[in-house]
Amino acid sequence: MPLATYQTSVPVVVDDAKCIADKGCTVCVDVCPLDVLRISEMTGKAYMAYDECWYCMPCEADCPTGAVTVNIPYLLR
Amino acid sequence: MAMDEIVDGLSEVSCDVLVIGGGTAGPMAALKAKLKNPKANVVLLEKANVKRSGAISMGMDGLNNAVIPGYATPEQYTKEITIANDGIVDQKAVYKYAQNCYKIIEELDSFGIRFLKNENGDYAVKKVHHIGTYVLPMPNGETVKKAIYRQLRRARILISNRYMATRLLIGNDGRVAGAISVNTRTAEFLVIKAKAVILCMGAAGRLGLPTSGYMFGTYENAANSGDGYAMAYHAGAALANLECFQINPLIKDYNGPACAYVAGPFGAFTANNEGSRFIECDYWSGQMMLEFYNELLSGKGPVFLQLKHLHDETIKEIESTLHKVERPTRGLFQKGRGTDYRTESIEMHISEIGFCSGHSASGVFVDDFARTTVPGLYAAGDMASVPHNYMLGAFTNGSVAGTDATEFADNHDFADFDSADIAKERERVMAPTKREDGIPPNQIEYKARRLVNDYLQPPKVTRKFELGQRRLSEVRDDMTHRMIARNSHELLRALETQSILDCADMAAHASLYREESRWGLYHLRTDFPDKDNENWFCHTLLSKKEGRMTSEKREVQPYVVPIADDEKDLYDKQRIRASA
Repeated sequence: MPLATYQTSVPVVVDDAKCIADKGCTVCVDVCPLDVLRISEMTGKAYMAYDECWYCMPCEADCPTGAVTVNIPYLLR
Repeated sequence: MAMDEIVDGLSEVSCDVLVIGGGTAGPMAALKAKLKNPKANVVLLEKANVKRSGAISMGMDGLNNAVIPGYATPEQYTKEITIANDGIVDQKAVYKYAQNCYKIIEELDSFGIRFLKNENGDYAVKKVHHIGTYVLPMPNGETVKKAIYRQLRRARILISNRYMATRLLIGNDGRVAGAISVNTRTAEFLVIKAKAVILCMGAAGRLGLPTSGYMFGTYENAANSGDGYAMAYHAGAALANLECFQINPLIKDYNGPACAYVAGPFGAFTANNEGSRFIECDYWSGQMMLEFYNELLSGKGPVFLQLKHLHDETIKEIESTLHKVERPTRGLFQKGRGTDYRTESIEMHISEIGFCSGHSASGVFVDDFARTTVPGLYAAGDMASVPHNYMLGAFTNGSVAGTDATEFADNHDFADFDSADIAKERERVMAPTKREDGIPPNQIEYKARRLVNDYLQPPKVTRKFELGQRRLSEVRDDMTHRMIARNSHELLRALETQSILDCADMAAHASLYREESRWGLYHLRTDFPDKDNENWFCHTLLSKKEGRMTSEKREVQPYVVPIADDEKDLYDKQRIRASA
């Protein structure tokens, strides 16, 4: 069966100006229990690659520069 | 390398004690295993990252079941849990927990975790349960994971993050021989031979589908997909009382605790739409959940947690806990809804179903040494069958498991096993990556969990369960033959989907076997509406025998703490009776 890509607005937002993933930081990616954050090859910044979020907060709490914001997933809001 | 590209490959290591799951029970088990024999090689394997994994990823607000001298006795606690769990309890394990947990509290204290004390320096224990007083707040509860992680580093425990265990290896003599795991970012295999294995893999929390429709908006940490239950089952271990589902009263849509254990001692209470109390006690039991469910359906519903009658300073104090620890996004959620605790009550609902001994009694069967029915295999925490054991139970029983597992490892060599098992498992795991075309795991998972809600959620009806089994077997067929995983992250989800389907099958099988109603809402069978002590005052054990799922009865072991006849039904009297 053919597959379609599915659009979804993701709850975790990263402020590229504050994110230092391009300097080697991987803290948010490391701590996420659901393993849904990645570093973009294009921008060198962290982003939410998979919409599989428990809105639990380690990514926001542990980010050394305060670049990460966890929002409540839209369906729950 | 492209993101999450499948690398494959295989390496093998060996250790004395392998602990799988680095949430709550796991780190304590690993620590105690190492302390028991500092020469032992202890490996802690974790699907996520031990720093922030599991139910206490963001800490915990307090202990729900602390048996503290001067406030409660082990006898009293054992009695309370026996009654709360409708008598189906092997008291030895509960009693042992109750005796040991105070030592663990002191140990956690020495790790830097603080517990609330009153002006005299005594622990300020609060009453939430029906009979006794066991709730102890943790003022710096957000640091609990960090504190325990420091201990792991100090003890030089080998930690392997981002490896998901898929199956246990069983030796030719029936003993555990180790585990097979796969890296969640590269799909590389790691085979770990071990003399003893401790499963601490959490609840089966991704079984039912949350009513929000968001698959990861579960009560439990959504990483807890029941992998431990599935692995124990396939290894031939027995699982106890799986029909005693976990169902919790939660903030509607947010699906986290509101939380009566925190707010209750300050005077908050569960109320109906008239603002009246309808349950005697906010402690989460099946009987309480049944009254909650009845009220939701009644003309007096919905149900709320009410705080608005409290003083502003009190509410501030409650907020400082609820919005900081365990599920800190509660504050953000309430803000988004425009809910101010001062003026509006919190709308509550009941959660999706799951397996979890932490809150109910559905778990891999263990004795009072945390031993499963497979020699050398242990289980602790939410996935092990010691009922109602919460976070402190996970720490305490993890400690018991770690100590005993090292003793076992000291007295046994590696078990011989058939190396063909590794190749077979590798083929099974990788199958979804070999298909060109098929159904992605998220669709298979969604469908399975939607069917769990439609057919397996209480009230349980025989014919519905049979239809559910049929539908689930069709989904299983798709999963086995048509599921695809296009990268290693999707493979992780594909493997979790398999655990979820295994748990759904077990939930259906176990529920159909027990032909009575028990544990309030947890096992409410409307076509067998009464409790039948004559035939069903027993545990049920589910296991795989000759490749087939089977259930059998197991006698409740003689009580250590006797329960008087007039005490047995105390938890059945949850509903507040109209006063004259």
